[in-house]
Amino acid sequence: MKQITVISGKGGTGKTVISGAFAALAEKKVMVDCDVDAADLHLLLHPEIKERHEFKGGQLSVIDEVKCDKCGKCAAACRFGGISPVFKVEVFSCQGCGLCSRICPRGAIRMKEKIAGEWFVSDTAYGVLVHARLGIAEDNSGRLVSRIRQAAEKIAAAGGADYIIIDGPPGIGCPVIASLAGTDLILVVTEPTLSGLHDAARVIELAAHFKIPAALVVNKYDLNPGVTEKIEAFCLARNIPLTGKVPFDKTVVRAVVEGKVVTEYPGSPAAGEIRKIWDLLKD
Amino acid sequence: MIISVASGKGGTGKTTVAVNLALALKDARFFDCDVEEPNAHIFLKPRLNRQEKVFIPVPEIDTAKCSFCGKCGEVCAYHALAVIKGEGGHQGEVLVFPHLCHGCGACSMLCPQGAIREVNKEIGTVESGSAGEISFVSGRLNVGEAVSPPVIRRVKEYLEPSKTAVIDAPPGTSCPVICAVKGSDFCILVTEPTPFGLHDLSLAVEVLRKMEIPFGVVINRSDIGDGKVEDYCAKENIPVLMRIPFSREIAEAYARGISLISAFPDFKGKFIEMRARIGTLLESGKAGR
Repeated sequence: MKQITVISGKGGTGKTVISGAFAALAEKKVMVDCDVDAADLHLLLHPEIKERHEFKGGQLSVIDEVKCDKCGKCAAACRFGGISPVFKVEVFSCQGCGLCSRICPRGAIRMKEKIAGEWFVSDTAYGVLVHARLGIAEDNSGRLVSRIRQAAEKIAAAGGADYIIIDGPPGIGCPVIASLAGTDLILVVTEPTLSGLHDAARVIELAAHFKIPAALVVNKYDLNPGVTEKIEAFCLARNIPLTGKVPFDKTVVRAVVEGKVVTEYPGSPAAGEIRKIWDLLKD
Repeated sequence: MIISVASGKGGTGKTTVAVNLALALKDARFFDCDVEEPNAHIFLKPRLNRQEKVFIPVPEIDTAKCSFCGKCGEVCAYHALAVIKGEGGHQGEVLVFPHLCHGCGACSMLCPQGAIREVNKEIGTVESGSAGEISFVSGRLNVGEAVSPPVIRRVKEYLEPSKTAVIDAPPGTSCPVICAVKGSDFCILVTEPTPFGLHDLSLAVEVLRKMEIPFGVVINRSDIGDGKVEDYCAKENIPVLMRIPFSREIAEAYARGISLISAFPDFKGKFIEMRARIGTLLESGKAGR
């Protein structure tokens, strides 16, 4: 079984459109949406939720106002500004480390487990999708990503799937690292802009850091042929396989608006190129 | 006044809006808090004259003092320490996983033997300088590091209350975004009129409501997609601050790292107007909330 993660560094380059097309093109596979903060793949795949699970991630300090004598030890020890000057917990600053609860001389602080999100196993027209919703303004997205990847691996193994296809989040931080750790291939989707190239270079460095092979796709390549050439030169210099160049195609916007994967539009030039890319990747 | 620019969905045009707002205002201060993938320097081309490293404190174990009692592993909420107790004449071991460490200090403070000291580990850099009249600060997380908020917090230490600050936030709705927008007087949410844009905008709106930060929306590539973002904003009483149409010329200037205002000077007036409108919305209490 092969695990492929689609990432980009920069957001909005077309990760989800390409992952959605792979869902339609790949035969025996499990899909995973690891962009747990701002998941969008479900808007193309229209999952029917079969299993729903709570995700408990992290803790929050809770001060017992009756016991608290405002000695100030907690606020002095906290490095995150989690305790306000009037001894209220700053919920957006508290990192749940629990130091305050352990040092409070009056035992006035306890840690409360947070329900930080939900994750789902669903059926779609293209097979199983494992996806999640991180609670609003919650943290621990990396742990939620690891959780749903574990679930997907189990389902893939039980069902004899050949591929796990992971739609990853933007950036290079914890949820991205959790999305690519231990996968077989990273497909970097970029666009022909200097920002796109700058950010793709950083995720390729990240892939090298974790010793995972990376390949690249230039999406909307014809919007700026000059920068596309720079990206091609970059791939050549770094020995990164360029698996394809997807043309700018208004069908893609139409497909997103209609909530469909782009391969459902037979004449679409973008769909044609993505099909070629999948044929390259699947071996 | 601190104005942050955020989005939920990536690639909607946060950096475009943030950079051009700063360019349109006189003597603004710019803070690139998208430290995982900072891009504003590509457009502002600042002259940087200062660079500082960002460190977090991580534990170092003095094995001579350590009794392998296991307390540090027990108190670490992030599983950054694991203690293997000594057995049958074998000495124990403490495994430290610095990538998981959040630098809370619980292990060193609570070690009964005083066997843990904290050493600095570099996780990123903050660069500062100026681009014309704009003062510029940008953070950059080192590749391979997972935890970006300490770098974002360090960037924000450069904020000065007297001047207008523009913060370019990362995409998403979780801790790096919270860290970047926290303390803002107003937040501009940039979106695009597609189901992806709308879905992620609605998540970002929930974040700002929870944080009680007033906000408005900029619709980028406003003539592609559908009308549902407009409908949503109308229904939720969220002011639409600006609409930027899709054009190949705008996309091309962006691709080459040229700011909207440099390529299309007419936009300068629109950004100045938007800044004035934000002031009026805050005074009248009619901003999104």
